[in-house]
Amino acid sequence: MSNNNLPTWEVFIQPKTGASFEHAGNVHASDKEMALQNARELYTRRQEGTCIWVVKTEDIVSSNPEDQQSFFDPADDKLYRYPTFFKVSKKAKGL
Amino acid sequence: MGHFLPSNHSSKANTLTMSAVQETAFQEKIDAELKIEAKDWMPDKYRLHLIRQISQHAHSEVIGMQPEGNWITRAPSLRSKMVLIAKVQDEAGHGLYLYSATETLGITRSELIEQLQMGKAKYSSIFNYPTLTWADMGAIGWLVDGAAIVNQQSLRRTSYGPYSRAMIRICKEESFHQRQGYEIMSKMSNGTTEQQEMAQDALNRWWWPSLMMFGPADSESAHTSNAMKWKIKRGTNDDLRQLFIDRTVKQAELIGLEIPDPDLKWNPKTKHYDFGEIDWEEFWEVVNGNGFCNKERINNHIKARSEGQWVREAALAYSEKKQNGV
Amino acid sequence: MSKELLFKYVLTLGDDALILGQRLSQWVYKGPFLEEDIALSNISLDMFGRANLFLEYAASLKGSTTTADDLAFKRNEREFSNHILCEQPNGNFANTMARQFFLDAFYKLFFEKLAESEDEQLSAIAQKSIKETTYHFRHSSKWVIRLGDGTAESHEKMQSAIDNLWMFTDELFEMNEVDNNMLTQKIGVDCLTIKAKWDQIIDEVLSEATLKRPENIHMTSGGREGIHTEHLGHLLSDMQYLQRAYPDAEW
Ligand SMILES: [Fe+2]
Ligand SMILES: [Fe+2]
Repeated sequence: MSNNNLPTWEVFIQPKTGASFEHAGNVHASDKEMALQNARELYTRRQEGTCIWVVKTEDIVSSNPEDQQSFFDPADDKLYRYPTFFKVSKKAKGL
Repeated sequence: MGHFLPSNHSSKANTLTMSAVQETAFQEKIDAELKIEAKDWMPDKYRLHLIRQISQHAHSEVIGMQPEGNWITRAPSLRSKMVLIAKVQDEAGHGLYLYSATETLGITRSELIEQLQMGKAKYSSIFNYPTLTWADMGAIGWLVDGAAIVNQQSLRRTSYGPYSRAMIRICKEESFHQRQGYEIMSKMSNGTTEQQEMAQDALNRWWWPSLMMFGPADSESAHTSNAMKWKIKRGTNDDLRQLFIDRTVKQAELIGLEIPDPDLKWNPKTKHYDFGEIDWEEFWEVVNGNGFCNKERINNHIKARSEGQWVREAALAYSEKKQNGV
Repeated sequence: MSKELLFKYVLTLGDDALILGQRLSQWVYKGPFLEEDIALSNISLDMFGRANLFLEYAASLKGSTTTADDLAFKRNEREFSNHILCEQPNGNFANTMARQFFLDAFYKLFFEKLAESEDEQLSAIAQKSIKETTYHFRHSSKWVIRLGDGTAESHEKMQSAIDNLWMFTDELFEMNEVDNNMLTQKIGVDCLTIKAKWDQIIDEVLSEATLKRPENIHMTSGGREGIHTEHLGHLLSDMQYLQRAYPDAEW
């Protein structure tokens, strides 16, 4: 007999209005509405959120650990992207 | 580019030398207190150890709903009923957080549940003891959750990212569990003679099994060394057990209950409590299935799951119909 | 006299929530999957929270030293005035969802009206309850649809759950002496006026669920007057055990 595992959905919670959504974990559910309800029951019992996103786990695309160097290291010599790279007179205000 | 989670249990394609290099890098990462994530390379044994440990932990949360669930309908006040339901519900949530963490290792919840129901995966033996009086709700919250918290707090620093995150979430929720148990115990030990007797009796029955929750002595424990090297475990069984005892003794004194151990006494040299011999024979008996409630717990689990089969099938069938526009 | 009637009115609302909460709490770890265990516990918690509010209010109307717990744990079957539907056993998941669906649809409409009550306490509790009930209805109606339109087996189970519980639904809309008095005082709800809307909601969901609305069913009632099915006594003896066995103890 099959165990009919319900598909998994990844859950993202927005802790308060205006904040970024954070990954909370997963839930099992057969459809979107159930996924949303289950996420609500599981991850917001203590008012942890103001909004929930659910997305089927299989629909999420991830970079691989092997990609880490080629993806992220090329940014390590581009210090001009940070405000501290620039020397500005202390007298110049509002920068 | 790739999938969010690993799709199989391990990548068998690695040559031996390749994995030796990877293993060194892996251990260096661990030693540097960096977290391992789901898609990172990890030794098969690390993965298997995690699956065993996290799922055992998840099963414990889930089976642990039964002894307390046994008293929900009989809770003696509206307040205590709501508190107990919320507590047991949290345990279901903990089970889910942990199943979720285990699933990142490339195994499904169904597979894990099958292992539990076939007896291949274990759960904490403490839940094979019966809950006989309302005071047992106090003893479980105070002692069993208390012992679990000691263990879980240490596991927040475990090396596997998803496990560590689950533990952080769980520890936040656990904080009321122990308090509600202690509150029941202190109310009863300050109550009628009958209530006092129930409270003491519950402590007598749950004390030793609670100490056993930390597992065999370090000298006997088969899994400890690798688990410590890989920083899956962050404290040894004996150290955590001692920490729990040191914390609990004063709490018992405060509500006038006596810990059932004549050898228990403060040792000024070690700055810890010395305690009596744990009955490891009893421990192994229960681990090996001969506890009071082993069969009942698993049978209940099997019954609930098989009675839910048609519901899950229906939900899947419905969503398929909707996707196909029927 | 009027206070006595208000007490009875509030008591019924408390009893409904209490008995339904107790039934739902029996699911604990027995749901079809873990997420659903948590969902059922949540609804049960909402019910006990609601019961607590209504029974505290009722206790304050009763006066002297009566507490909400006294009302919950120290009355017998004949003194409980909940609707019979609430006490019906959980049965299988379809039975529980059918019971919940009928009641959620009813309470959604009922509390919207009660929120307009001139009794401030009742109005406040009603406003809180609307939020909960809106969610409960979303949960139960969706399950009725999934099970009704799921597999042949689930369809059959869902249909028979609807058929078997239908006989208890008319009681929800009966107006007794207490209700009529409360209505004239602008405290209570006119249940007759919400019946049509309830019928419409039920029909919509049943039709989406490919289920049939039962016909020619003999209706049963009596709960408001303390005439219950035999199930209630067993539920109470379980729930009240500790308070009855140790009357001097405090928990
Ligand atoms: Fe837990
Ligand atoms: Fe806990």
